[in-house]
Parts: sequence; C-alpha cells; structure tokens
Amino acid sequence: MASTIGVIFSSINEENIPELTKVRSIGSVPYGGRYRLVDFALSNMVNSGITTVGMITKNNYQSLMDHLGSGKYWDLARIEGGLILLPPYINDTETLYKNRLEALKGTVSFLKKAKEDFVVITDSDAIYKLDYSKIIDFHIKKNADITLVYHEHEVEQSHYYMTFETNKDERITGLSINPLTNGVKKNYINVMVARTSFLIRLIQNATQSGFTSFGKDILSPGLKTYNLYGYKFEGYYASINSLTSYFEANMDLLDKKIRNEIFGDRDVYTKVNDSAPAKIAETGKVKNSLISDGCIIEGTVENSILFRGVKVGKGTNVKNCILMTDNIVGENCNISYVVSDKNSVIRDSRTLAGCELKPYFINKGSLI
Amino acid sequence: MLRKKECVAMLLAGGQGSRLYALTNNIAKPAVSFGAKYRIIDFPLSNCINSGIDTVGVLTQYQPLVLNEYVGNGQPWDLDRTFGGVHILSPYEAKTDTSWYKGTANAIYQNIRFMKMYDPEYVLILSGDHIYKMDYDKMLQAHKAAKADCTIACMEVPLNEASRFGILNTKRDGSIYEFEEKPENPKSNLASMGIYIFTASKLFKYLELDEANPQSENDFGKNVLPAMLDAGEKMYSYRFEGYWKDVGTITSLWEANMDLLGVIPNFQLNDRDRVVHSRSPLAPPAFVEGEVVNSIVATGGEIEGKVVNSVIGTNCVIEKGAEVTDCVLMGNIVVKSGAKINYAIIDEEVTIGENAVIGAPKTEACNIESKTGGITVLGRGITVSKKGKIAAGEIVDKSV
Repeated sequence: MASTIGVIFSSINEENIPELTKVRSIGSVPYGGRYRLVDFALSNMVNSGITTVGMITKNNYQSLMDHLGSGKYWDLARIEGGLILLPPYINDTETLYKNRLEALKGTVSFLKKAKEDFVVITDSDAIYKLDYSKIIDFHIKKNADITLVYHEHEVEQSHYYMTFETNKDERITGLSINPLTNGVKKNYINVMVARTSFLIRLIQNATQSGFTSFGKDILSPGLKTYNLYGYKFEGYYASINSLTSYFEANMDLLDKKIRNEIFGDRDVYTKVNDSAPAKIAETGKVKNSLISDGCIIEGTVENSILFRGVKVGKGTNVKNCILMTDNIVGENCNISYVVSDKNSVIRDSRTLAGCELKPYFINKGSLI
Repeated sequence: MLRKKECVAMLLAGGQGSRLYALTNNIAKPAVSFGAKYRIIDFPLSNCINSGIDTVGVLTQYQPLVLNEYVGNGQPWDLDRTFGGVHILSPYEAKTDTSWYKGTANAIYQNIRFMKMYDPEYVLILSGDHIYKMDYDKMLQAHKAAKADCTIACMEVPLNEASRFGILNTKRDGSIYEFEEKPENPKSNLASMGIYIFTASKLFKYLELDEANPQSENDFGKNVLPAMLDAGEKMYSYRFEGYWKDVGTITSLWEANMDLLGVIPNFQLNDRDRVVHSRSPLAPPAFVEGEVVNSIVATGGEIEGKVVNSVIGTNCVIEKGAEVTDCVLMGNIVVKSGAKINYAIIDEEVTIGENAVIGAPKTEACNIESKTGGITVLGRGITVSKKGKIAAGEIVDKSV
C-alpha cells in the first residue's frame, strides 16, 4: 500500500447517544462483550498496514486513554509513528473545537510531521470491516482529490449525516447534508481519503476563510473544483447513533454471518484483561448468546451479550440484554431488553423490562 | 541507581514431560495448555510478578519453539523491563565445555553469569510444571528471618503418595535435618514442591562444587541439596497451604483442569487480587447456543452442541448434535456434528469428524487398564475421520 497515516475522531457525534457518552468518549463505548468502539476503527487501520494513527480526543477522554495505553495491543507502540493522542488545542485565543473542521485544524502539525503520502480519516462510532488500502488504490486510480466512502442503506435521521449522488465513474455529483428524505441512499460513512499535502492545504485555506463546516463549506462548494469520488463499501455496516441502534448492532453479533464477517479473521484488536474463562454452572443455561471471560452463569441467559465478569444468579432469566463489564444480577430476577452499563448491580428478585425499540438503560455503577 | 535485584527467579522449563505422552511430542511441558486459556508456565510467571519478582530466567532445552514464542518479550506478565524482565535461556556454545543442560543443577550452573548480571542476594528456583498460586515473597521473608542458606517449599501429601516426592524430615523449628529423594519408606509426609530459595553466594558455591564432582548427576534433589545438608548449611522448610498440583501425568493434568469447574471450585482463578496472566488470543467472546453444563469456555468458542463437565479452550467449535463430556479440549478444536467424546484430553488444532466416537464414559473408562488411567489422549494437529472410533485409554498422535 502507498504510505498512509490515519486520523481517528474518537469523540464526535456523541450527542446521538448521551446515555453511553455521558461518562466517556464515543470511541470508548463498550461493544460486543470485550471491545470498545474505537477498536474497530483502529483495527481496520492496522490491518490495512497503517502504522501511524493520530487519535483526536475532546473532553472526557480518561476512559479512552485507559483503554488505549501505549497502543501496544494494536501493535501501535512504535518508535516510528505508532499511536499518537491529539488532545484538543486550547490557548488564549483558541477554545475547545466545536466541529470537525476545527478539530482537524488541531491535527495540522501532526500531518505536517508525517512523511506518508496519504491520510485516512475516520470516526469511531461504527462497526464494519474495511481494508483501507483498497480505497487508497481507488483514490490513486481515479486521480481523486478526496475520496469519500459510502454505504447504501435506508437513511437514518440522526444528528448529522450526509448523502450523495455519484455518476457512473463514481464521481460525486451531488451532496446533501441532513436531507429530510427517506429511502435507500448513498450514505457517507465518515471515512475519507486524501493526499496528506492536499488535506493540509485544504485545512489551512479553510481556517483563513473562517469556514466552520467541512461538509457545507468545503465539500459542497468543492463539487466542481475538486475531484470528489465516492467509494462504495458493501460489507456489514452498523452506525451507533442511538441507544436503539447500539442495541441492534450488538445483537447483530448473534448472527453467525455477521459475526464471521467482523471476527472471522480474528484480527480485531483490543485491550487485554486477564479474566478467567467463562463458567457455566450446573444450574446455568445459555442460548444464542455471547459470553465473555470472567462470567459466572448460574441462571438462564438467552439472546444476550454478556461482557467480562458478569454474574447471573440462580433462578434468574436474562433475555435480550446487554450486560456490560462486572454487572451482577442476583437470584430469581427477570430482566429483558435491558442495557446495563458497567459495574451495576441488580438485586435479587427484580423484574426489569424494556422493549426492542426502547431498551431499559441502567447507568454505570447503579444499584437496582 | 543501584543496578541490582534482590531476588532473581530461575524457572526450569527444559524437561520433556514424557509422561504426558503425545501432548509433549512437539512442545515442552510448561507450554502445554491448561484451563481453557492458559499454559502451564503462566502460573509460575504470574506468581513471580505477583510476588514482586521481575527478573526471571526461563531455562529451555526440549522443543522450545512454542514456549519461546509464547513467552516472547514477557509483556503479558508485565515482565518486559528495561532492567530485568523475562529471558529465555537455552544451552549455548562456549569456548570450552559446550553441552546440553545435564541436570537441573547443571542448567542453573550454566547460567551463573546471567544471575550475576543482577547481583542478587537470593535466587528462587522454580519448576515449570506445577499449577498453583503462591506468594514467593512470604517465603523469601521467612528465608531471611531464619537467616537460612536454603529454604525449600513443602506441603503435606498423603503418606501413601509420599514416595513419589522428595521428602523433608524437619525439626520443630522447621529446619531440615534430612532430605530423601523419592524414598521407599518415607519418614514424613512433607513433600518438597521443587521450589527453592537460595542465598545467592551459597548457591553459586555449591553449584561449582557440584560441577567439579564427576560422580554427580547434577540434580538439585539428588546432589546439591544433600551436599549442602552434609556440609551443615542452614536449610529450612517453608510450609505452603493452598492448592498445588504437579501436572506431570495425564491423570493429574485432567484432574487439575477439572478442579477449575464449579461455582466454588477447588482452584479459584476468578479472584482479582492475584490474577493469573496469560497471552490472550484475539477472539470475540464465546458464542453459546447448545446445552453447556458445569463447564468453562474460553473466548472464540462456537458452542452449539452439548458440553458437560468439560474445559473448552480458545476458538473451539462444537457443532450441533456433538457431545463432549468429562473432557479437556485445549484450543482450536473442531468437533463435527454427531461426534461423541468422553473422558479425553484433546490437544490443540484437532478435528473430530462427524459421528466419530472418542473414548468411553468415565465410569466405564476408568476401569480400563491403560497408561493414562482410561483417559483418551489425542495429540496436536490430528484429524479423526468421519465415524472414526478411538477406544478409551488410547493415545493417538497420528490422524485416523
């Protein structure tokens, strides 16, 4: 692959899912039993041969830093490059960034230092598996200035989204921000490729002109002046932009086909935690569920995702639930459609129920 | 800053482990899988770091490839250090006297220079084939308090098994007056656990004496410890109470795995204060669909069949209709639909074909006359064909 660096927004679009991002960056939202959302963005980069990744953080990035450490679990603890945290730049005149473009402004010195020719920029609020080197090849072949990756699916109305039209040659011909239309559209999935030098110029010009929005001020007016191309991604894609979509994206992992697509190659990296293997007791019963290390199951678990160290007591039924790390569910409980954040305790004989479109959410560290 | 370490650990990991038969055909005993996600060496390495010992020499000789790869730079055990850390020590060519490790004492002798790099006060000698959690620091404190030259960890074993061990005969204050290596008629049931702390200067002295003695077998239990005792050095016992298991045989390896089962198991790995570290594989949580009873399952599993009283290693696939009972499955094993496995230890990377029958139910199998006490053993990487049959107590290391 042509030499490439990566930039990840670890803290963007958080207003979509306040329940889970109140205490952490979107990138460190737990997912799939043992992962954090940022693992997918990072692993995609590492598996595409990228060895220098800048991680743009905002506020609340303590838990993200805990997770990432030196980057060694992603093989990014390097002498050359590796994982580089890019905390927000604040001084007398600059305040905390409010949008994507301002955040990118803070990466210019990182980009300038890079020797790599290309840069891939992604968010960290989606689950998918994508080899970015293919996009770089496409970008070079099309002689593009900017390549935006899209996925065709029903438009989801969320805080900020972009759809576009392309011609036969995959050149982007039209672009809409927050369109109020329905139906299957080419949705931008916040993966962008450009030449590093081009991106630096773009950001610097935008700063001088006082632009604030990458979409409105750069991409839309740039349709004619720049070579903007769309790269079609056809694999599994789940954007985490609400508690409901968070719930669905987790449950998707119970589908063997999706599980194989995401994890089949066993190359999604994450921080290691040395819990003992999962234990299913004499009285335990498990159906169609993901069970992580450290779990001890004495009750019944069905259609659920259990993170590390979850305990389910005797006589308890757990159905359609996501129980995050170190949740303890007592005896004789009945819980269904519950999303319980880390370290919560559900006492004996409790009954809790949400529904598919509105799971019952339990805050981190609660006692129910 | 002083470039020295108070205590350096030396882990004897070179043995073949011939009584594990097919399981150690291609790997050293300390690298054998244990407890679904661990390898035996995780236990002494984790004990070291949990006891504050961060300098460990791992002496390898027999089939060291898997072990070397597994230990790597020691990062999973927090043993990647700028000064100290874990080091693999294999026999090397010297200007004169190039040789393999002739015995446990000779292996340590050949690495005296390694130990001296850290200028230690004490040296801890460990074996790589025991499953236990122990705070070596407590033992070191006892060694220091007694002003001992050598302290030997020991525990009480049933008297009828005592002749399998090195037996310590001690006075009231714990000092050792006699050491018998595998005695026919043991006088006590205090067995050496093969864990020694030496005052470094004494160790070096007696290793050199032992090396100069052409009659010596260069073994700690047979030669070095008796020689020290004869010379009147201060030798103390240190009693260990807790779970400890030598997993040198098929039955003991099976039993130790089973000791992990149950909500309150014989050997607890779930406590968070003395975590056993291991090199974790990259795999998603286990997907469980089938009937799983009283078992443990490591990450990456796809369990759709029936699993009873078993230990299921990383990335195992158990298809619908397959039944696994009283088994230890090590890792990356595929059990196809309809296959039935009873009372067996199955090494890594094994594929069991549709409707194959491996072993016999435990109640039946344990009465069978065999080297393994009725446990069926399948070696690494083999394939059992569709409808294949392997009788209880057999050891198989080629595809059938």
